[in-house]
Amino acid sequence: MSKIQNIFLYIFGLFATTVSAQTDVDAIMMAKRNLCGGFLVGTNSWSNYWEGKNYRNNENIGVLKSNSIMAMVNYGITDKLNVIASAPYISNSASKGTLRGQEGFQDLSLTVKYEFLSKKFRNSYISLLAFGNFSTPLTDYVADYLPLAIGNQSNTLSGKLMADIQRGRWFATASAGYTYRNNVTIDRDAYYTTEMIYSNEVRMPNLMGFNARIGYRKDADLIVEAVFDQMNTLGGFDMRKNEMPFLSNNMDMGRIGLNFKLPIPKVNGLSLLGNTMYTISGRNVGRSTLFMTGLVYQVEFSKKSK
Amino acid sequence: MKSFKNIFIAAILSLIIYSCSKEVVSDHLKYQALNPSKIDSGAGNWKTILLTKPDEFAVATPLAISSADYKLELLEIKSWQEDISKHEQAIMDYWSAGVVLRWNEIMRELVAKYNLPPYQNSDGTYPIPNAGNPLAYPFFPFANPPYAARAYAYLSTAQYDALVAAYHYKALYKRPRPSVNDPSIKLLIPATKDFAYPCEEAVAAGASAAILTLMFPGEQDFIQEKLTECKNYRIIAGANTRSEVEAGEDLGKTVASKFIGRARTDRAGKAVGTPTDWANLVASAVNRGETPWISQESPARPPMLPLFGKTMGFLLDTTEVVQGRPAPPPSTNSDAFKKELEEVLFYSQNPTRERMKIVHFWSDGVATYTPPGHWNAIACDDFVSLNFSEVRWARNLALLNMSMFDAAICCWDAKYFYFNPRPSQMHPDCKTLTGLPNFPAFTSGHSTFSGAAATILAHINPNQASEYENMAKEASISRLYGALHYRSDIEVGMTMGNAIGQKAIDRARIDGAE
Repeated sequence: MSKIQNIFLYIFGLFATTVSAQTDVDAIMMAKRNLCGGFLVGTNSWSNYWEGKNYRNNENIGVLKSNSIMAMVNYGITDKLNVIASAPYISNSASKGTLRGQEGFQDLSLTVKYEFLSKKFRNSYISLLAFGNFSTPLTDYVADYLPLAIGNQSNTLSGKLMADIQRGRWFATASAGYTYRNNVTIDRDAYYTTEMIYSNEVRMPNLMGFNARIGYRKDADLIVEAVFDQMNTLGGFDMRKNEMPFLSNNMDMGRIGLNFKLPIPKVNGLSLLGNTMYTISGRNVGRSTLFMTGLVYQVEFSKKSK
Repeated sequence: MKSFKNIFIAAILSLIIYSCSKEVVSDHLKYQALNPSKIDSGAGNWKTILLTKPDEFAVATPLAISSADYKLELLEIKSWQEDISKHEQAIMDYWSAGVVLRWNEIMRELVAKYNLPPYQNSDGTYPIPNAGNPLAYPFFPFANPPYAARAYAYLSTAQYDALVAAYHYKALYKRPRPSVNDPSIKLLIPATKDFAYPCEEAVAAGASAAILTLMFPGEQDFIQEKLTECKNYRIIAGANTRSEVEAGEDLGKTVASKFIGRARTDRAGKAVGTPTDWANLVASAVNRGETPWISQESPARPPMLPLFGKTMGFLLDTTEVVQGRPAPPPSTNSDAFKKELEEVLFYSQNPTRERMKIVHFWSDGVATYTPPGHWNAIACDDFVSLNFSEVRWARNLALLNMSMFDAAICCWDAKYFYFNPRPSQMHPDCKTLTGLPNFPAFTSGHSTFSGAAATILAHINPNQASEYENMAKEASISRLYGALHYRSDIEVGMTMGNAIGQKAIDRARIDGAE
């Protein structure tokens, strides 16, 4: 009866780069003592961006490309409670200008996923889930170097609620979440936002997100879905004309995309994942396009092997 | 699993509550009220910079203490003090740290705000900010390092001369504080037992507001608001009456007008140059057989203030600038040059986290208060603990900022005399670790500023001499680590800066303050 975990990973292409590689997981639970692990590679790039609300390009950046490889693992503690961990290695570069690119391990992300309601209602299955996520930087990468920094050095805590409804092989999922980001320290001891601040500490505004998808799934083996994702920063300031981006900018982005998951024939438990996301609206972020693909493999631990 | 749910909800709630407490309090708001360890009552005899004598501008005799008008002014203080709002208390807490200090910070903030290079026109040329229309894009000014160095210098020198004049009149009129004349008036800030007319804080404020308005003409409303706050603070605190403050503001503005007159004719206004000037710089380097500097920006941006080296400084005259011009850097065709380029390439390709930190700490690039602003911040942070009188604050910052203004002039003279290319121009993989400035390499501005600043600061505050020297060395080497400069640029820049700082020391020894 075990369902195979379906994991799509969204790298939040906040300004220019992957500010937070967040595992955005769907509504399907993995059964108790099942373990699923895999690798994903992705490329996220943009040449135009929103400077505040002003849409422009920048010939001193050209194309900002962010390549990533991510390891992830998901384990079913019970049928109703899963834990997920992931960690990306990211490499950012600009095709023009003189700035040196950056690469390194970014943030470790740990997610607890809990299905607190699962019910058949007329011809549909309805489930409600709650997520808690913690992320923390794995290395001392430079954050105050946008758009080339690989992350923002913030420790984050997120909570998210999700509702999923399935009828036959068609489903719809909606979720909304809130992310607390702690303040970060930078290498400077003074910086200008909309005022001069004499401190190496930067106040990081929190985030709010909304995600909706509809699609087709067959036994959680074969999934195709369309996604809408909106992420808003709750506060922060706008880049002014010809200003460089800063960690505490008010970064918003709306994206649409497609996900798929296909079983690999003849190899039990192995699946191919694919994901593409396109930015349709934004503020202080690059208009990025993301492509990601990977393989995940699922193993079921028998009770004896425990 | 119920309990897990509860924990989860509790975690979310506590997280939301916790998120309310993220406010970052800026260090400059933590300074204590200034309580000078020395009154410097003889400062009216200190050597002025532009004033021919401390009483070049007259200050009228103050109101008689027995006059009805003066008594009305005392009533004004009492009425403020009857009901001090939170906002008024915050104004007192802010300004009581020191008026010279606060106006220096205000200028740093405006420099950071205006330190943005203009965006290009659609034809690939760049618009030039216009002082006559400061709020139309591109905003005036583009507060780049030379512009900032000059702005800080005019601010500090005008404050200093105005305060010397103020101390002269204070000693002349010997007007006691309001709280001495009427014991029911509370003095709400630490105050020296010296005299109240004209109000020296208002003198410094009047001079500062005038210079700031010249340098940042789009900020008149903001500057006026700060000026009003600063004047009211003296009255609310019971330290001065209205007419003492008004007389102070007038004196400050009058003294500043002399500096403004000088600033309008110091040739900085012509420093942008013309397309012919820019072409001549290239031709001159080619004629000497050197590779000329080329803008690495796209579209190519004209070089930053190529004629700034001809600006009139305070410590050196134009002849001395030319005489003190350093010997040329290694020829772009030489082996010595190739060796230096290789060293830069090494740092570009092998950044360590520690070196990145140094690069970014000292970067002081776009949207910052620039390297001269950084040294003002360093100096002010130290001066706060030294409890200088306002006039000594101004004198020390004037010495610092005259040094850095002249450092900017000498450095820009060398940059455009040699028109030497940046490492990233000479080697495609010499990527930089922070923004590349749009002007030639030799000598390093950071090194010249830092050499000058550390030298004069070591004289002012000898206890910290080795710290200043180490900071200057780090600021300087940060430009090599960041792949922005060759070793010659930073070493020669530092030597040149040290020599300019020495000129400031020569002045400090004879200005009457030591």
